[in-house]
Amino acid sequence: MGNVIEAFGLVKHYGDVVALDGLDLAVSEGSVYGLLGPNGAGKTTAVSILATLLAPDSGSARVAGADVLKEPARVRERIGLSGQYAALDEHLTGFENLDMIGRLYRLGRSRSRTRARELLEVFDLTEAGNRPVKTYSGGMRRRLDLAGALVASPPVLFLDEPTTGLDPRSRLDLWGVIRELVARGSTLLLTTQYLEEADHLADRIMVIDQGRDIAQGTPDELKTLVGGERIEVTVVSASDLPRAQEVMQRFAVGELASEVRNRKVTAPISGGAAVLTKALRALDAEGVDLHDVGLRRPTLNDVFLTLTGHAAEPNGSRGTSEGQSSLRGKAAS
Amino acid sequence: MMAVVHMFADTAVIAKRNLIKIKRVPEVLVFVLLSPIMFVLLFAYVFGGSINIPGGSYREFLIAGIFAQTVVFGSTFTGVGIADDIQKGIIDRFRSLPMSQAAVLIGRTASDVVYNVLTLLIMGLTGLVVGWRINSSLWEGLVGFGLLLAFAYSFSWTMALVGLLVPSVEVINNASFMVIFPVTFIANTFVPAENLPTVLRTFAEWNPISALTQAVRELFGNIPPGTPEPTAWPLQNPVIYTLIWAALIIAVFAPLASIRYQKAVKQG
Repeated sequence: MGNVIEAFGLVKHYGDVVALDGLDLAVSEGSVYGLLGPNGAGKTTAVSILATLLAPDSGSARVAGADVLKEPARVRERIGLSGQYAALDEHLTGFENLDMIGRLYRLGRSRSRTRARELLEVFDLTEAGNRPVKTYSGGMRRRLDLAGALVASPPVLFLDEPTTGLDPRSRLDLWGVIRELVARGSTLLLTTQYLEEADHLADRIMVIDQGRDIAQGTPDELKTLVGGERIEVTVVSASDLPRAQEVMQRFAVGELASEVRNRKVTAPISGGAAVLTKALRALDAEGVDLHDVGLRRPTLNDVFLTLTGHAAEPNGSRGTSEGQSSLRGKAAS
Repeated sequence: MMAVVHMFADTAVIAKRNLIKIKRVPEVLVFVLLSPIMFVLLFAYVFGGSINIPGGSYREFLIAGIFAQTVVFGSTFTGVGIADDIQKGIIDRFRSLPMSQAAVLIGRTASDVVYNVLTLLIMGLTGLVVGWRINSSLWEGLVGFGLLLAFAYSFSWTMALVGLLVPSVEVINNASFMVIFPVTFIANTFVPAENLPTVLRTFAEWNPISALTQAVRELFGNIPPGTPEPTAWPLQNPVIYTLIWAALIIAVFAPLASIRYQKAVKQG
């Protein structure tokens, strides 16, 4: 099992902006590799270089045994790319889009048609297959775009932010499809700004920021970097906050973090649900009214905060992922 | 050899894709089929009454000019189409496929030819209705149409480059209007160039669109007998002058567009 994707010292500038700042990458055959980072971290630039769309200022890369700069045609025969925005012809039907891609992969007329029908079936688009794509929903477009990347069953797949902008339901659907793909042995390089997504799908993750590799490992290894579990308590009235702090201090294995404005105390603990139960009893005994409480295990967002000192998703989506993880914490307790 | 076969096959796939739009996009249908009818009727009946062509009819004089203007405007499809494909990320997809990369631009410009054939057919029929006739031979008439298509094809390559440089559909629509409209008007398309003020007259005489129009008029036999010979060389040798321009435009713009295409990536 060698590396199917390899990159050495990729550098790319756009004017004064550094998109990639010496990125190295190694993805082993049959694995799912997640490139995780905020907008503008250089993820799309990296994928564009590996998919032969863009030449780096310096550095080199090999994909499926071919050099992306010297043998782009050979690379293109072995990759499938699904970009950040569904790259489809709106005026063609789903079937026509896939058929066209098949012809351009040189599958021939009848093979292209058969393959288009197969993929429409796999992606649950058979009924919509004869409608122009402009009538499709966002989720359907993404599925069709992903199908486009699979037309020639390429051994290497690049998915650039495959679920950006999708509603949660469509995202879950797409995750299911991607997992099935991987089970069939394709090597997949996935970029995402959703921490959860990388956690769900990737075997290995590289966190990138400003075009640099700032950490890599398995999702678990990255979480270990940030430390253990913690309890988060939000009280109903601000006047209860000092008492809550005092109680939580008894269970904490390190320093408490408090957010007065949000009436929230966070205590690093060790012992999981059992400690949470005790803490809840103690808080109850003190007569502290709780608005919310959760056992929280570190998320990849914490990894990002720890590594870079700033949040991965400054524009509000962070709240969602925290909400979900605290739900998961509660379910576990 | 194989590469050439592949290029033609891929070109056909791309052209087919562009041509499907004529069925699905009402704007394209209107532009290709209906606006030509409107132009012929408007010019024939509005200007036809007040512009006098000594020894001939304005409608006969007009048709070659309006054919020339319309097919040149047809090149906008290439610019808009390419800009749109870049914006939508479709060019990214094409560039990631093991297809002939030349086929994307050739297929695009070739689609314009098909659009223009349809447009000319409709305009020709409308022209016949308002009284225009080919007074020469069928053969010369066909050469006239061929010349229109050849020049328009070359012009599509300028728009291909524009589409790659300015990947915004709105900007291209406005810019092409701002350029193509004056270029097709400061010519002998709608009025005899002799009547223009000196500076414009010189421009009009060397304007390849004047030569194209003059050539088509001659080939269709739409120049009234007794019309004085033009004094400028381009208008004395309009077919050759038009073909030289078409060849020059392709020689300059096709390589530039191809180089630019190699770097075309969706922005943002």
